[in-house]
Amino acid sequence: MDAPITRTLEPINTGTSVVGITYKDGVLIASDTLVSYGSLSRFRSIQRLVSIGPCLIGASGDYSDFQHITDLLTQKVDEASFHQDGFQYTAPELFEYLCRVMYERRSKVNPYWNRVVMAGSKQGKPFLGCVDLYGTHYASPTVATGYGEQLAQPILRKEWHPDMSLEEAHALLEKCMRVLLYRDCYTINKVQFARIGLDGQTTIEPPAPLTGTRWEAPLTITLP
Amino acid sequence: MLTPAVAPIEAKKKEWSPYTDNGGTTLAIAGPDYAIVAADTRLSNGYSISCRDVTKLAQLTQHCVIGTAGMQADRAVFHKLLRTRVDYFKYKYGKTITPTALAQMIANILYGHRFFPYYCFNVVGGLDAQGHGVVFSYDAVGSYQALPYATTGSGAQLLEPLLDSHIAQRNRTQKNPPMSKDEAIAFVKNAMASVSERDIHTGDFLEIAVITREGTQIITREADGVERIKLGFD
Repeated sequence: MDAPITRTLEPINTGTSVVGITYKDGVLIASDTLVSYGSLSRFRSIQRLVSIGPCLIGASGDYSDFQHITDLLTQKVDEASFHQDGFQYTAPELFEYLCRVMYERRSKVNPYWNRVVMAGSKQGKPFLGCVDLYGTHYASPTVATGYGEQLAQPILRKEWHPDMSLEEAHALLEKCMRVLLYRDCYTINKVQFARIGLDGQTTIEPPAPLTGTRWEAPLTITLP
Repeated sequence: MLTPAVAPIEAKKKEWSPYTDNGGTTLAIAGPDYAIVAADTRLSNGYSISCRDVTKLAQLTQHCVIGTAGMQADRAVFHKLLRTRVDYFKYKYGKTITPTALAQMIANILYGHRFFPYYCFNVVGGLDAQGHGVVFSYDAVGSYQALPYATTGSGAQLLEPLLDSHIAQRNRTQKNPPMSKDEAIAFVKNAMASVSERDIHTGDFLEIAVITREGTQIITREADGVERIKLGFD
């Protein structure tokens, strides 16, 4: 008896939006720490932002696929370091590889069910790219996946400018995460920020609840 | 014993489509001594704009440019494949492939993927051996035709009659002479701006590649040799 053909028909454990922007000294990305099982908030404290070699990645979509992608990229980076010749992949090179992997899997009609955001730098400039389960890819100074594309991307495009400080970038992404927390059902108030500097230095902040959210009954709120 | 006349109902299997349409419009015009290939730079994802600045053009040789609408992931791979095939041709035959030969090669490559096609809708512009502009238009599986002008993509239905009226001029009592290069560039800007008014998948920026006999004949405002023009409003 032949084994049945197995392929992903739908994502199972899913993460929601990832948002990211470039700023003066690097790239900042953010996501919450929820992994949902359908409409169940199943895992509430999972890090969806990962540092791999010269880049930071984050993803919405199937979490197991994301873990596998993380493994693939780590292998690629490690393989290069084993030669001990000082060669290291840059973020755009790893992004190119990731795009090919995503496209290869879509061509086998067995996609990695994700939208992956990759951050890093190239030649002293910040790099921020995004690739989806079809292999569709682009680099852009503002990126948002999932509901973030509808809710956060307009805010980011309006308020982003190239010489943002880290504090300004942080405040802007916090604003987006707050909007997503209010309107996207599959979110949790435990948000994580991660940044990668132009020197390749990565900092993954510990998850923390968003401040400034208001949940009082509408009648008691006096709007500014 | 009677067997039921109705076939058993099989559970419908879930199928994911490996195709997506990222929209966009291409336009190519063949002039007496020039060819123009133009496209917008919007990348759509359903009703969302994923990115405002993604090129649909690829310069394949000094005198040949391709513009591709359809699925962005397929386009990226297809353009990459064409570039390697153009290089390979040069290594093998010691000369650059002509636009006409390249046009046939593109058709062959597309038809080679007949049973899992590239979701690419191409226009190709270049100059022939006499230095006249040539334009080719394709479907996804490699049917192609040489034409005086061509358009593909989400705004093609809006563009086509405009091109018929201004370039072919079949039903005009008073015919205008063929457009000069500069007239054609101005026309392309206006035509694409018009399309971007009504087609939501077309907009943001316009890239125009102008191919003429002298050298790498592409209007240059940016380093990549392609002029970029803002479409519509900010």
